Amino acid sequence: MISIKGLFKQFGQLEVLKGIDIKVEKGKVVVVIGPSGSGKTTMLRCLNVLETPSKGILSIGGQTLDFSQNVSKKNIAAFRRLTGMVFQNYNLFPHMTALENVMEGPVIVKGENKQKARQRAQGLLEKVGLGDKVNYYPSQLSGGQQQRVGIARALAMEPEVMLFDEPTSALDPELVGEVLKVMKDLAKEGMTMIVVTHEMRFAREAADEVIFMDGGVVVERNKPDEMFTTPKEERTKKFLNMIM
Amino acid sequence: MKMYLSNVAADPDRTARLIEIAKTSLWPLLEGAISNTIPLTIISFIVGLLLAILTALARISHIKIAEMIARVYVSAIRGTPLLVQLFIIFYGLPNIGITLDPFISAVIGFSLSVGAYASETIRAAILSIPKGQWEAGYSIGMSYSQVLKRIILPQAARVSLPPLSNTFISLVKDTSLASVVLITEMFRRAQEITSRNYEFLLVYTEAALIYWVICFFLSVIQQYMERKLERYGV
Ligand SMILES: Nc1ncnc2c1ncn2[C@@H]1O[C@H](COP(=O)(O)OP(=O)(O)OP(=O)(O)O)[C@@H](O)[C@H]1O
Ligand SMILES: [Mg+2]
Repeated sequence: MISIKGLFKQFGQLEVLKGIDIKVEKGKVVVVIGPSGSGKTTMLRCLNVLETPSKGILSIGGQTLDFSQNVSKKNIAAFRRLTGMVFQNYNLFPHMTALENVMEGPVIVKGENKQKARQRAQGLLEKVGLGDKVNYYPSQLSGGQQQRVGIARALAMEPEVMLFDEPTSALDPELVGEVLKVMKDLAKEGMTMIVVTHEMRFAREAADEVIFMDGGVVVERNKPDEMFTTPKEERTKKFLNMIM
Repeated sequence: MKMYLSNVAADPDRTARLIEIAKTSLWPLLEGAISNTIPLTIISFIVGLLLAILTALARISHIKIAEMIARVYVSAIRGTPLLVQLFIIFYGLPNIGITLDPFISAVIGFSLSVGAYASETIRAAILSIPKGQWEAGYSIGMSYSQVLKRIILPQAARVSLPPLSNTFISLVKDTSLASVVLITEMFRRAQEITSRNYEFLLVYTEAALIYWVICFFLSVIQQYMERKLERYGV
């Protein structure tokens, strides 16, 4: 289980997260929506500890980080391995092939045997539909293919939870489907996922819960169908009217 | 110039003599290049490059004292003439009891110089790698040094290849300054030859041509390497 308790994040004077509480049961898929600047990315980045929260308690599985105390680098590194991050702009390593991108974490971080890592990476790339592209460099792949490599790279570390930050928003419309399909398959297999996206179809088909964030707080959490048809909060209605 | 040429043309004996001198100087000049100019260039470049990487890392380290030392070093080297630096190392240090072999003095001088200039190149290259690359490395659990070694430096190396090649080519020419610390590299060899026959124009031009050939050859290699790296469009 993943829990975020009382999460605050400030950039200088700007308070971006103002006390976020979220719980996600193992195997559940949570979609996060909200206007630009509401802190969705910041929330994911705090969970991956790419940003250091100003305050709050994060826990995944048995491991907990309490940011009201000093948190050691070692604990952060260990905690980070529990999460897999998929970036809006893929952020693949351009000097490595798809296969090398996926092998990098297991070999360098986990110290996995190269032979074994290569086999697993091959398997993961097949799983995301890129079995025939393993030796391609990122610049030789389409956006959709790059993002699927990004997903495979994160999966290779066998995280407890996968974090997706608008994984399809940099893609041409015709490439969105192939990435969403991979994500739906993952959800079906029981992967725990937190997905920031405005793809309503994905939310309806794959999410167990939708969270609406605005101004650094969680405004509403609801079942996907109810969220999109009969939202409880006025602010949610306004936002949904704007994007649908 | 005109007079020189007409003199040469008018005097077949002189023409023959010049051709003879050009021929007999060629090997000594090349020998100077092979035994000193080229080794001095290569050794100083390698040592300088290591120094440059360390300096660049210090500059971006956020460790105040390391940053400071790197900054002062770069500023001092860039703010003083290389010729003066060589004089200080070779002629100056003996005054405080440090006497160095000429070749070692020159290597130190040139390495310090390459280290300072190339560190700025490398620092800029490191900073040019998008922040997302660091984050992607961290997100799969890598440490700072792992990200640096595996993700950032290989990409920075590609970015800095063209400017570093230029540094290398400049260094070939700068090694002619080593003649002042008594190393018989190619230019000093040329000086020795002219002190015997006074054919300054001929012998110095011949030396210049050899520098040109070496640098031309290097820039061909540079272009080849750049094209090879471009293939994956980093
Ligand atoms: N490193 C940073 N330094 C300063 N301010 C930041 C930083 N990162 C984010 N912010 C600010 O925090 C606020 C929330 O940003 P965040 O990226 O989390 O929003 P978001 O909900 O993901 O928006 P979008 O839908 O546009 O991606 C914004 O006002 C942004 O300018
Ligand atoms: Mg965002």
